[in-house]
Amino acid sequence: MSVLRLQDIDAGYGDSPILRGVSLHVDPGEVVVVIGPNGAGKSTALKAVFGLLNITAGKVLLEDREITNTPPERVVRQGVCYVPQTGNVFVSLTVQENLEMGAYVRRDDWRPRLKEIYEMFPDLAEKRNQPAGSLSGGQRQMVAMGKALMLDPRILLLDEPTAGLSPRYRGEIFQTVKRINAAGVPILMVEQNARQALAIADRAYVLVDGQNRHEGTGAQLLADPEVARMFLGAKG
Amino acid sequence: MWEFVNFYLIPGLVLGCIYALGALGITLTFGILRFANFAHGEVMMLGTYLALTMVWLFGLHPLLAALPAMALTALLMLGLDRAFFRPFRSAPTIISVIASFGLMLMIRSAVQVIWGTQPRPILPGVQRPQAWLDGAILLAPKHVWILLATLAIMAAIHLLLTRTRIGKAMRAVADSPELARLTGIPVETVIRATWVVAAATAVAAGVMLAIDTQVETMMGFKMLLPMFAAAILGGIGRPFGAVAGGLVIGVAEELSAYPWLGTAPLLNPAYKSGIAFAIMVAMLVWRPSGLFRGRVL
Ligand SMILES: Nc1ncnc2c1ncn2[C@@H]1O[C@H](COP(=O)(O)OP(=O)(O)OP(=O)(O)O)[C@@H](O)[C@H]1O
Ligand SMILES: [Mg+2]
Repeated sequence: MSVLRLQDIDAGYGDSPILRGVSLHVDPGEVVVVIGPNGAGKSTALKAVFGLLNITAGKVLLEDREITNTPPERVVRQGVCYVPQTGNVFVSLTVQENLEMGAYVRRDDWRPRLKEIYEMFPDLAEKRNQPAGSLSGGQRQMVAMGKALMLDPRILLLDEPTAGLSPRYRGEIFQTVKRINAAGVPILMVEQNARQALAIADRAYVLVDGQNRHEGTGAQLLADPEVARMFLGAKG
Repeated sequence: MWEFVNFYLIPGLVLGCIYALGALGITLTFGILRFANFAHGEVMMLGTYLALTMVWLFGLHPLLAALPAMALTALLMLGLDRAFFRPFRSAPTIISVIASFGLMLMIRSAVQVIWGTQPRPILPGVQRPQAWLDGAILLAPKHVWILLATLAIMAAIHLLLTRTRIGKAMRAVADSPELARLTGIPVETVIRATWVVAAATAVAAGVMLAIDTQVETMMGFKMLLPMFAAAILGGIGRPFGAVAGGLVIGVAEELSAYPWLGTAPLLNPAYKSGIAFAIMVAMLVWRPSGLFRGRVL
Protein backbone atom coordinates (compact mmCIF):
# COMPACT_ATOMS: atom_id res chain seq x y z
CA MET A 1 0.00 0.00 0.00
CA SER A 2 1.25 3.49 -0.79
CA VAL A 3 2.06 5.77 2.12
CA LEU A 4 0.44 8.69 0.35
CA ARG A 5 -1.72 8.71 -2.74
CA LEU A 6 -3.34 11.58 -4.64
CA GLN A 7 -6.12 10.34 -6.93
CA ASP A 8 -7.30 12.60 -9.76
CA ILE A 9 -7.13 15.75 -7.66
CA ASP A 10 -8.81 18.97 -8.78
CA ALA A 11 -7.93 21.86 -6.49
CA GLY A 12 -7.43 25.61 -6.52
CA TYR A 13 -7.56 28.88 -4.64
CA GLY A 14 -11.11 30.19 -4.59
CA ASP A 15 -12.85 29.51 -7.87
CA SER A 16 -9.96 29.17 -10.29
CA PRO A 17 -8.83 25.53 -10.52
CA ILE A 18 -5.05 25.09 -10.56
CA LEU A 19 -4.67 21.32 -10.36
CA ARG A 20 -6.63 19.29 -12.87
CA GLY A 21 -6.71 15.56 -12.34
CA VAL A 22 -3.31 15.25 -10.66
CA SER A 23 -2.41 11.76 -9.49
CA LEU A 24 0.72 10.67 -7.72
CA HIS A 25 1.78 8.33 -4.98
CA VAL A 26 4.64 7.64 -2.62
CA ASP A 27 5.44 4.07 -1.61
CA PRO A 28 7.14 3.07 1.64
CA GLY A 29 10.80 4.03 1.71
CA GLU A 30 10.71 6.12 -1.47
CA VAL A 31 12.01 9.55 -2.37
CA VAL A 32 9.56 10.93 -4.91
CA VAL A 33 10.40 14.17 -6.68
CA VAL A 34 8.02 16.54 -8.45
CA ILE A 35 9.49 18.88 -11.04
CA GLY A 36 7.87 21.28 -13.46
CA PRO A 37 8.00 24.83 -14.74
CA ASN A 38 7.20 27.86 -12.56
CA GLY A 39 3.52 28.09 -11.80
CA ALA A 40 2.85 24.46 -12.76
CA GLY A 41 1.11 23.82 -9.44
CA LYS A 42 3.84 21.89 -7.63
CA SER A 43 3.50 23.82 -4.38
CA THR A 44 -0.25 23.73 -4.80
CA ALA A 45 -0.15 19.93 -4.87
CA LEU A 46 1.67 19.79 -1.53
CA LYS A 47 -0.68 22.36 -0.04
CA ALA A 48 -3.65 20.32 -1.22
CA VAL A 49 -2.37 17.26 0.64
CA PHE A 50 -1.98 19.40 3.74
CA GLY A 51 -5.52 20.77 3.67
CA LEU A 52 -4.46 24.32 2.83
CA LEU A 53 -6.79 24.69 -0.11
CA ASN A 54 -10.01 23.23 -1.29
CA ILE A 55 -9.97 19.94 -3.20
CA THR A 56 -13.04 19.89 -5.44
CA ALA A 57 -12.62 16.43 -6.92
CA GLY A 58 -10.50 13.38 -6.25
CA LYS A 59 -9.10 11.90 -3.07
CA VAL A 60 -6.03 12.04 -0.86
CA LEU A 61 -5.23 8.80 0.93
CA LEU A 62 -2.76 8.40 3.78
CA GLU A 63 -2.15 4.65 3.76
CA ASP A 64 -5.74 3.38 3.78
CA ARG A 65 -7.30 6.42 5.37
CA GLU A 66 -8.85 9.24 3.37
CA ILE A 67 -7.58 12.70 4.41
CA THR A 68 -9.10 14.78 1.61
CA ASN A 69 -9.68 18.37 2.82
CA THR A 70 -8.56 17.61 6.38
CA PRO A 71 -7.31 20.87 7.98
CA PRO A 72 -3.52 21.14 8.52
CA GLU A 73 -3.57 20.91 12.31
CA ARG A 74 -5.26 17.49 11.97
CA VAL A 75 -3.06 16.30 9.09
CA VAL A 76 0.01 16.90 11.29
CA ARG A 77 -1.47 14.72 13.98
CA GLN A 78 -1.79 11.91 11.43
CA GLY A 79 1.97 12.00 10.97
CA VAL A 80 2.37 14.08 7.82
CA CYS A 81 4.92 16.88 8.08
CA TYR A 82 5.16 19.68 5.57
CA VAL A 83 8.09 22.06 5.18
CA PRO A 84 6.92 25.05 3.13
CA GLN A 85 9.19 26.78 0.67
CA THR A 86 9.50 30.00 2.70
CA GLY A 87 8.80 31.03 6.27
CA ASN A 88 9.45 27.51 7.50
CA VAL A 89 11.18 28.32 10.80
CA PHE A 90 10.19 30.51 13.74
CA VAL A 91 12.89 33.15 13.29
CA SER A 92 12.69 34.62 16.80
CA LEU A 93 12.80 31.24 18.53
CA THR A 94 16.07 29.47 19.16
CA VAL A 95 17.03 26.39 17.17
CA GLN A 96 16.12 24.18 20.08
CA GLU A 97 12.79 25.92 20.64
CA ASN A 98 11.98 25.39 16.96
CA LEU A 99 12.64 21.69 17.36
CA GLU A 100 10.53 21.59 20.52
CA MET A 101 7.66 23.24 18.67
CA GLY A 102 8.00 20.56 16.01
CA ALA A 103 7.22 18.06 18.75
CA TYR A 104 4.26 20.05 20.06
CA VAL A 105 1.65 17.47 19.14
CA ARG A 106 3.63 14.59 20.62
CA ARG A 107 2.26 13.31 23.90
CA ASP A 108 5.25 11.16 24.80
CA ASP A 109 8.73 12.26 25.83
CA TRP A 110 10.36 13.92 22.84
CA ARG A 111 13.79 14.38 24.37
CA PRO A 112 15.28 11.15 23.01
CA ARG A 113 14.14 12.29 19.56
CA LEU A 114 15.81 15.68 20.08
CA LYS A 115 19.05 13.87 20.76
CA GLU A 116 18.70 11.86 17.56
CA ILE A 117 18.01 15.02 15.56
CA TYR A 118 21.13 16.65 16.98
CA GLU A 119 23.10 13.54 16.02
CA MET A 120 21.69 13.78 12.50
CA PHE A 121 22.44 17.54 12.30
CA PRO A 122 25.56 18.24 14.37
CA ASP A 123 25.63 21.86 13.13
CA LEU A 124 22.29 22.46 14.82
CA ALA A 125 23.48 21.05 18.12
CA GLU A 126 26.21 23.65 18.11
CA LYS A 127 23.76 26.49 17.45
CA ARG A 128 20.95 25.22 19.63
CA ASN A 129 20.64 28.45 21.61
CA GLN A 130 20.82 30.86 18.68
CA PRO A 131 17.68 32.38 17.18
CA ALA A 132 16.84 30.51 13.98
CA GLY A 133 16.63 33.87 12.19
CA SER A 134 20.36 34.39 12.69
CA LEU A 135 21.33 31.24 10.76
CA SER A 136 22.32 30.96 7.10
CA GLY A 137 19.74 29.81 4.55
CA GLY A 138 21.09 26.27 4.44
CA GLN A 139 21.12 25.94 8.20
CA ARG A 140 17.57 27.25 8.38
CA GLN A 141 16.49 24.50 6.00
CA MET A 142 18.16 22.03 8.37
CA VAL A 143 16.20 23.51 11.27
CA ALA A 144 12.97 23.29 9.25
CA MET A 145 13.61 19.65 8.38
CA GLY A 146 14.74 18.81 11.91
CA LYS A 147 11.61 20.45 13.27
CA ALA A 148 9.43 18.33 10.99
CA LEU A 149 11.34 15.16 11.90
CA MET A 150 10.73 15.71 15.63
CA LEU A 151 7.34 14.10 15.03
CA ASP A 152 8.79 10.92 13.56
CA PRO A 153 6.53 11.54 10.58
CA ARG A 154 5.05 8.83 8.39
CA ILE A 155 5.92 10.99 5.40
CA LEU A 156 7.78 14.26 4.88
CA LEU A 157 6.68 16.84 2.29
CA LEU A 158 9.43 19.25 1.22
CA ASP A 159 8.81 22.28 -0.98
CA GLU A 160 12.00 23.35 -2.79
CA PRO A 161 14.39 22.84 0.09
CA THR A 162 17.32 24.12 -1.99
CA ALA A 163 15.65 27.29 -3.35
CA GLY A 164 18.01 30.25 -3.10
CA LEU A 165 20.91 28.25 -1.69
CA SER A 166 24.50 28.29 -2.93
CA PRO A 167 25.61 25.16 -4.85
CA ARG A 168 27.64 23.97 -1.88
CA TYR A 169 24.62 24.02 0.45
CA ARG A 170 22.41 22.55 -2.27
CA GLY A 171 24.50 19.40 -2.35
CA GLU A 172 24.48 19.23 1.40
CA ILE A 173 20.68 19.48 1.53
CA PHE A 174 20.27 16.72 -1.06
CA GLN A 175 22.64 14.55 0.97
CA THR A 176 20.57 15.28 4.06
CA VAL A 177 17.37 14.34 2.25
CA LYS A 178 18.97 11.04 1.32
CA ARG A 179 20.06 10.46 4.90
CA ILE A 180 16.60 11.20 6.26
CA ASN A 181 15.15 8.79 3.75
CA ALA A 182 17.73 6.13 4.60
CA ALA A 183 16.51 6.39 8.19
CA GLY A 184 13.15 5.15 6.91
CA VAL A 185 11.14 8.31 6.21
CA PRO A 186 9.38 8.42 2.82
CA ILE A 187 9.77 11.81 1.14
CA LEU A 188 7.74 13.77 -1.40
CA MET A 189 9.87 16.66 -2.60
CA VAL A 190 9.20 19.49 -5.04
CA GLU A 191 12.39 20.77 -6.69
CA GLN A 192 13.69 23.26 -9.22
CA ASN A 193 17.20 21.84 -9.34
CA ALA A 194 15.92 18.99 -11.44
CA ARG A 195 19.16 17.23 -12.26
CA GLN A 196 20.36 16.86 -8.68
CA ALA A 197 16.87 16.06 -7.43
CA LEU A 198 16.30 13.35 -10.05
CA ALA A 199 19.66 11.86 -9.16
CA ILE A 200 18.46 11.05 -5.65
CA ALA A 201 14.86 10.22 -6.60
CA ASP A 202 13.44 6.72 -6.66
CA ARG A 203 10.63 8.01 -8.84
CA ALA A 204 9.62 11.39 -10.18
CA TYR A 205 6.70 13.23 -11.73
CA VAL A 206 6.70 16.12 -14.16
CA LEU A 207 3.80 18.49 -13.61
CA VAL A 208 2.92 21.02 -16.31
CA ASP A 209 0.07 23.47 -16.16
CA GLY A 210 -1.66 21.69 -13.30
CA GLN A 211 -1.57 18.27 -14.97
CA ASN A 212 0.60 15.16 -14.92
CA ARG A 213 2.95 15.19 -17.93
CA HIS A 214 5.55 12.45 -17.32
CA GLU A 215 6.44 9.98 -14.67
CA GLY A 216 9.12 7.40 -14.21
CA THR A 217 12.17 6.51 -12.19
CA GLY A 218 14.71 9.26 -11.60
CA ALA A 219 17.04 7.65 -14.11
CA GLN A 220 14.31 7.34 -16.78
CA LEU A 221 13.41 11.01 -16.54
CA LEU A 222 17.07 12.05 -16.57
CA ALA A 223 17.39 10.14 -19.82
CA ASP A 224 14.14 11.44 -21.36
CA PRO A 225 14.93 13.90 -24.18
CA GLU A 226 11.84 16.10 -23.56
CA VAL A 227 12.53 16.36 -19.85
CA ALA A 228 16.15 17.13 -20.60
CA ARG A 229 15.17 19.91 -23.00
CA MET A 230 12.63 21.43 -20.59
CA PHE A 231 14.36 21.16 -17.25
CA LEU A 232 17.90 20.02 -17.42
CA GLY A 233 19.22 22.66 -19.80
CA ALA A 234 22.86 22.55 -20.70
CA LYS A 235 24.07 22.87 -17.13
CA GLY A 236 21.10 21.80 -15.00
CA MET B 1 20.36 65.28 44.86
CA TRP B 2 18.24 63.15 47.26
CA GLU B 3 15.29 65.36 46.55
CA PHE B 4 15.67 64.41 42.88
CA VAL B 5 15.75 60.72 43.76
CA ASN B 6 12.92 60.83 46.28
CA PHE B 7 10.47 63.09 44.54
CA TYR B 8 11.18 62.48 40.87
CA LEU B 9 13.15 59.32 40.12
CA ILE B 10 11.41 56.92 42.53
CA PRO B 11 7.88 58.07 41.66
CA GLY B 12 8.92 57.79 38.03
CA LEU B 13 10.04 54.20 38.51
CA VAL B 14 6.83 53.34 40.36
CA LEU B 15 4.72 54.82 37.61
CA GLY B 16 6.95 53.15 35.04
CA CYS B 17 6.36 49.74 36.64
CA ILE B 18 2.61 50.28 36.39
CA TYR B 19 2.87 51.31 32.74
CA ALA B 20 5.18 48.39 32.04
CA LEU B 21 2.73 45.84 33.45
CA GLY B 22 -0.10 47.42 31.49
CA ALA B 23 1.86 47.60 28.25
CA LEU B 24 2.84 43.94 28.52
CA GLY B 25 -0.73 42.83 27.82
CA ILE B 26 -1.13 45.24 24.94
CA THR B 27 2.03 44.07 23.26
CA LEU B 28 1.23 40.38 23.80
CA THR B 29 -2.28 40.63 22.38
CA PHE B 30 -0.97 42.66 19.48
CA GLY B 31 1.77 40.14 18.80
CA ILE B 32 -0.51 37.13 18.85
CA LEU B 33 -3.93 38.41 17.77
CA ARG B 34 -2.55 41.19 15.55
CA PHE B 35 -4.82 43.98 16.67
CA ALA B 36 -4.64 46.98 19.01
CA ASN B 37 -6.94 46.20 21.91
CA PHE B 38 -8.52 49.44 23.09
CA ALA B 39 -10.48 47.62 25.79
CA HIS B 40 -7.26 46.74 27.67
CA GLY B 41 -7.46 49.77 29.98
CA GLU B 42 -11.08 49.04 30.79
CA VAL B 43 -10.31 45.40 31.60
CA MET B 44 -7.69 46.72 33.98
CA MET B 45 -10.23 49.07 35.56
CA LEU B 46 -12.88 46.37 35.87
CA GLY B 47 -10.41 44.01 37.55
CA THR B 48 -9.41 46.76 39.94
CA TYR B 49 -13.05 47.23 40.96
CA LEU B 50 -13.28 43.47 41.52
CA ALA B 51 -10.21 43.71 43.77
CA LEU B 52 -11.78 46.66 45.59
CA THR B 53 -14.87 44.56 46.19
CA MET B 54 -12.74 41.77 47.65
CA VAL B 55 -11.14 44.32 49.95
CA TRP B 56 -14.59 45.44 51.10
CA LEU B 57 -16.08 41.96 51.44
CA PHE B 58 -13.23 40.07 53.03
CA GLY B 59 -11.03 42.81 54.42
CA LEU B 60 -8.12 41.55 52.31
CA HIS B 61 -4.98 43.53 51.72
CA PRO B 62 -5.23 45.03 48.18
CA LEU B 63 -2.24 43.05 46.94
CA LEU B 64 -3.87 39.82 48.15
CA ALA B 65 -7.24 40.86 46.78
CA ALA B 66 -5.54 41.32 43.43
CA LEU B 67 -5.02 37.56 43.08
CA PRO B 68 -8.69 36.46 42.98
CA ALA B 69 -9.47 39.58 40.95
CA MET B 70 -6.85 38.57 38.39
CA ALA B 71 -8.33 35.08 38.15
CA LEU B 72 -11.91 36.37 37.83
CA THR B 73 -10.97 38.95 35.23
CA ALA B 74 -9.06 36.35 33.22
CA LEU B 75 -12.14 34.13 33.16
CA LEU B 76 -14.31 37.05 32.18
CA MET B 77 -11.84 37.94 29.44
CA LEU B 78 -12.17 34.45 27.98
CA GLY B 79 -15.94 34.99 27.80
CA LEU B 80 -15.49 38.41 26.24
CA ASP B 81 -13.11 36.94 23.65
CA ARG B 82 -15.71 34.32 22.74
CA ALA B 83 -18.41 36.94 22.34
CA PHE B 84 -16.60 39.91 20.83
CA PHE B 85 -13.32 38.84 19.23
CA ARG B 86 -13.51 35.21 18.19
CA PRO B 87 -16.27 35.79 15.61
CA PHE B 88 -13.93 38.22 13.83
CA ARG B 89 -10.75 36.12 13.93
CA SER B 90 -10.53 35.77 10.16
CA ALA B 91 -12.03 39.19 9.35
CA PRO B 92 -9.80 42.22 8.64
CA THR B 93 -8.15 43.37 11.89
CA ILE B 94 -9.87 46.75 11.81
CA ILE B 95 -13.09 44.92 12.74
CA SER B 96 -11.46 43.61 15.92
CA VAL B 97 -10.10 47.07 16.72
CA ILE B 98 -13.61 48.52 16.44
CA ALA B 99 -15.02 45.64 18.51
CA SER B 100 -12.46 46.45 21.21
CA PHE B 101 -13.51 50.08 21.09
CA GLY B 102 -17.14 49.10 21.62
CA LEU B 103 -16.16 46.74 24.40
CA MET B 104 -14.23 49.55 26.07
CA LEU B 105 -17.36 51.75 26.20
CA MET B 106 -19.54 48.88 27.38
CA ILE B 107 -17.26 47.82 30.21
CA ARG B 108 -16.87 51.37 31.45
CA SER B 109 -20.63 52.00 31.45
CA ALA B 110 -21.29 48.71 33.21
CA VAL B 111 -18.76 49.53 35.93
CA GLN B 112 -20.23 52.99 36.35
CA VAL B 113 -23.71 51.49 36.78
CA ILE B 114 -22.58 48.85 39.26
CA TRP B 115 -20.03 50.72 41.36
CA GLY B 116 -20.90 54.38 40.69
CA THR B 117 -18.56 57.08 39.43
CA GLN B 118 -17.23 58.19 42.80
CA PRO B 119 -13.43 57.69 43.13
CA ARG B 120 -12.56 55.40 46.03
CA PRO B 121 -9.40 54.50 47.91
CA ILE B 122 -8.34 50.84 47.86
CA LEU B 123 -5.77 51.32 50.63
CA PRO B 124 -7.27 53.23 53.55
CA GLY B 125 -5.32 55.90 55.41
CA VAL B 126 -2.18 57.74 54.39
CA GLN B 127 1.17 55.99 54.33
CA ARG B 128 4.09 57.96 55.61
CA PRO B 129 7.33 57.44 53.74
CA GLN B 130 10.00 55.61 55.69
CA ALA B 131 13.63 56.61 55.77
CA TRP B 132 16.25 54.31 54.22
CA LEU B 133 20.03 54.74 54.01
CA ASP B 134 20.29 57.05 57.04
CA GLY B 135 17.36 59.10 55.95
CA ALA B 136 18.67 59.87 52.49
CA ILE B 137 15.97 57.90 50.71
CA LEU B 138 12.33 58.33 51.61
CA LEU B 139 10.15 55.54 50.37
CA ALA B 140 6.54 54.71 51.26
CA PRO B 141 5.99 51.01 51.98
CA LYS B 142 3.39 50.84 49.21
CA HIS B 143 6.01 51.91 46.70
CA VAL B 144 8.31 49.17 47.90
CA TRP B 145 5.45 46.67 47.38
CA ILE B 146 4.78 47.97 43.90
CA LEU B 147 8.41 47.72 42.86
CA LEU B 148 8.82 44.22 44.31
CA ALA B 149 5.53 42.90 42.99
CA THR B 150 6.33 44.21 39.51
CA LEU B 151 9.72 42.53 39.59
CA ALA B 152 8.12 39.26 40.66
CA ILE B 153 5.50 39.41 37.90
CA MET B 154 8.10 40.25 35.26
CA ALA B 155 10.21 37.30 36.36
CA ALA B 156 7.15 35.04 36.19
CA ILE B 157 6.31 36.24 32.67
CA HIS B 158 9.89 35.75 31.57
CA LEU B 159 9.85 32.17 32.83
CA LEU B 160 6.47 31.58 31.22
CA LEU B 161 7.64 32.77 27.81
CA THR B 162 11.03 31.07 27.80
CA ARG B 163 10.60 27.92 29.89
CA THR B 164 7.07 26.60 29.40
CA ARG B 165 5.58 24.81 26.43
CA ILE B 166 2.60 27.16 26.17
CA GLY B 167 4.84 30.22 26.57
CA LYS B 168 7.09 29.10 23.74
CA ALA B 169 4.01 28.37 21.66
CA MET B 170 2.83 31.93 22.34
CA ARG B 171 6.10 33.25 20.94
CA ALA B 172 5.82 30.88 17.99
CA VAL B 173 2.33 32.12 17.12
CA ALA B 174 3.48 35.72 17.50
CA ASP B 175 6.32 34.90 15.12
CA SER B 176 4.20 33.21 12.44
CA PRO B 177 0.59 32.11 12.92
CA GLU B 178 0.64 30.24 9.58
CA LEU B 179 3.68 28.15 10.47
CA ALA B 180 2.27 27.56 13.95
CA ARG B 181 -0.83 26.08 12.37
CA LEU B 182 1.23 23.87 10.02
CA THR B 183 3.23 22.72 13.02
CA GLY B 184 0.08 21.61 14.81
CA ILE B 185 0.24 24.23 17.56
CA PRO B 186 -3.36 24.77 18.73
CA VAL B 187 -3.65 28.47 17.96
CA GLU B 188 -6.95 28.93 19.82
CA THR B 189 -5.45 27.54 23.01
CA VAL B 190 -2.52 29.91 22.62
CA ILE B 191 -4.93 32.81 22.15
CA ARG B 192 -6.76 31.89 25.33
CA ALA B 193 -3.48 31.73 27.24
CA THR B 194 -2.64 35.16 25.89
CA TRP B 195 -5.90 36.63 27.14
CA VAL B 196 -5.34 35.12 30.56
CA VAL B 197 -1.86 36.64 30.82
CA ALA B 198 -3.02 40.00 29.43
CA ALA B 199 -5.97 40.21 31.81
CA ALA B 200 -3.94 39.15 34.84
CA THR B 201 -1.12 41.62 34.21
CA ALA B 202 -3.62 44.38 33.48
CA VAL B 203 -5.36 43.82 36.80
CA ALA B 204 -2.01 43.74 38.60
CA ALA B 205 -1.19 47.10 37.02
CA GLY B 206 -4.61 48.50 37.91
CA VAL B 207 -4.42 47.44 41.55
CA MET B 208 -0.94 48.94 41.86
CA LEU B 209 -2.14 52.17 40.33
CA ALA B 210 -5.07 52.13 42.77
CA ILE B 211 -2.72 51.53 45.69
CA ASP B 212 -0.60 54.46 44.53
CA THR B 213 -3.63 56.71 43.87
CA GLN B 214 -7.24 55.55 43.98
CA VAL B 215 -9.86 53.56 42.09
CA GLU B 216 -11.92 55.48 39.56
CA THR B 217 -13.81 54.62 36.43
CA MET B 218 -11.58 56.68 34.14
CA MET B 219 -8.34 55.07 35.29
CA GLY B 220 -8.25 52.59 32.44
CA PHE B 221 -8.85 55.21 29.82
CA LYS B 222 -6.14 57.46 31.24
CA MET B 223 -3.71 54.55 31.21
CA LEU B 224 -4.42 53.71 27.59
CA LEU B 225 -2.18 56.35 26.05
CA PRO B 226 0.93 55.69 28.18
CA MET B 227 0.45 51.93 27.80
CA PHE B 228 0.28 52.15 24.02
CA ALA B 229 3.19 54.58 23.99
CA ALA B 230 5.23 52.12 26.06
CA ALA B 231 4.33 49.21 23.79
CA ILE B 232 5.27 51.20 20.68
CA LEU B 233 8.46 52.55 22.22
CA GLY B 234 9.55 49.03 23.10
CA GLY B 235 8.58 47.64 19.70
CA ILE B 236 5.10 46.18 19.30
CA GLY B 237 5.04 42.47 20.09
CA ARG B 238 8.21 42.60 22.22
CA PRO B 239 7.31 41.88 25.86
CA PHE B 240 10.59 43.10 27.28
CA GLY B 241 10.50 46.10 25.02
CA ALA B 242 7.14 47.01 26.56
CA VAL B 243 8.65 46.78 30.02
CA ALA B 244 11.57 49.01 29.05
CA GLY B 245 9.16 51.38 27.28
CA GLY B 246 6.94 51.60 30.35
CA LEU B 247 9.86 52.43 32.61
CA VAL B 248 11.21 55.06 30.21
CA ILE B 249 7.84 56.76 29.89
CA GLY B 250 7.08 56.66 33.62
CA VAL B 251 10.46 58.15 34.48
CA ALA B 252 10.29 60.70 31.65
CA GLU B 253 6.87 61.89 32.82
CA GLU B 254 8.07 62.48 36.37
CA LEU B 255 11.42 63.98 35.40
CA SER B 256 9.69 66.45 33.10
CA ALA B 257 8.47 68.28 36.21
CA TYR B 258 11.97 68.58 37.70
CA PRO B 259 13.32 72.15 37.77
CA TRP B 260 16.14 71.37 35.35
CA LEU B 261 16.48 75.06 34.40
CA GLY B 262 16.12 77.60 37.20
CA THR B 263 13.62 76.90 39.95
CA ALA B 264 10.34 76.31 38.15
CA PRO B 265 9.33 72.83 36.92
CA LEU B 266 10.62 72.31 33.39
CA LEU B 267 7.14 71.32 32.30
CA ASN B 268 4.00 72.19 34.19
CA PRO B 269 2.93 68.86 35.79
CA ALA B 270 -0.51 69.36 34.27
CA TYR B 271 1.04 68.56 30.89
CA LYS B 272 2.80 65.40 32.10
CA SER B 273 0.62 63.07 30.10
CA GLY B 274 1.70 64.89 26.94
CA ILE B 275 5.11 63.24 27.33
CA ALA B 276 3.77 59.78 26.50
CA PHE B 277 1.98 61.21 23.51
CA ALA B 278 5.07 63.03 22.28
CA ILE B 279 7.21 59.90 22.65
CA MET B 280 4.62 57.81 20.83
CA VAL B 281 4.34 60.22 17.91
CA ALA B 282 8.10 60.62 17.66
CA MET B 283 8.60 56.84 17.58
CA LEU B 284 5.88 56.33 14.99
CA VAL B 285 7.49 58.95 12.77
CA TRP B 286 11.16 58.06 13.16
CA ARG B 287 11.31 54.45 14.21
CA PRO B 288 7.98 52.68 14.01
CA SER B 289 9.55 49.33 14.83
CA GLY B 290 10.44 50.68 18.28
CA LEU B 291 13.65 50.34 20.23
CA PHE B 292 13.63 46.55 20.02
CA ARG B 293 12.55 46.06 16.42
CA GLY B 294 8.97 44.99 16.86
CA ARG B 295 6.25 44.82 14.29
CA VAL B 296 5.26 47.98 12.47
CA LEU B 297 1.69 49.00 13.28
N1 LIG C 1 -2.39 31.93 -2.72
C1 LIG C 1 -2.73 31.87 -4.02
N2 LIG C 1 -3.90 32.39 -4.47
C2 LIG C 1 -4.23 32.33 -5.77
N3 LIG C 1 -3.47 31.76 -6.72
C3 LIG C 1 -2.28 31.24 -6.35
C4 LIG C 1 -1.86 31.27 -4.99
N4 LIG C 1 -0.65 30.66 -4.92
C5 LIG C 1 -0.34 30.27 -6.18
N5 LIG C 1 -1.33 30.61 -7.03
C6 LIG C 1 -1.35 30.31 -8.47
O1 LIG C 1 -1.38 28.91 -8.63
C7 LIG C 1 -0.56 28.52 -9.72
C8 LIG C 1 0.38 27.43 -9.30
O2 LIG C 1 1.23 27.96 -8.29
P1 LIG C 1 2.27 27.08 -7.50
O3 LIG C 1 2.81 27.95 -6.42
O4 LIG C 1 1.65 25.80 -7.12
O5 LIG C 1 3.37 26.83 -8.60
P2 LIG C 1 4.75 26.10 -8.46
O6 LIG C 1 4.70 24.99 -9.45
O7 LIG C 1 5.04 25.75 -7.07
O8 LIG C 1 5.76 27.19 -9.01
P3 LIG C 1 7.17 27.67 -8.45
O9 LIG C 1 8.16 26.84 -9.16
O10 LIG C 1 7.24 29.09 -8.90
O11 LIG C 1 7.19 27.52 -6.99
C9 LIG C 1 0.12 29.76 -10.23
O12 LIG C 1 -0.55 30.18 -11.40
C10 LIG C 1 -0.07 30.78 -9.13
O13 LIG C 1 -0.23 32.06 -9.68
MG1 LIG D 1 6.32 26.49 -5.58
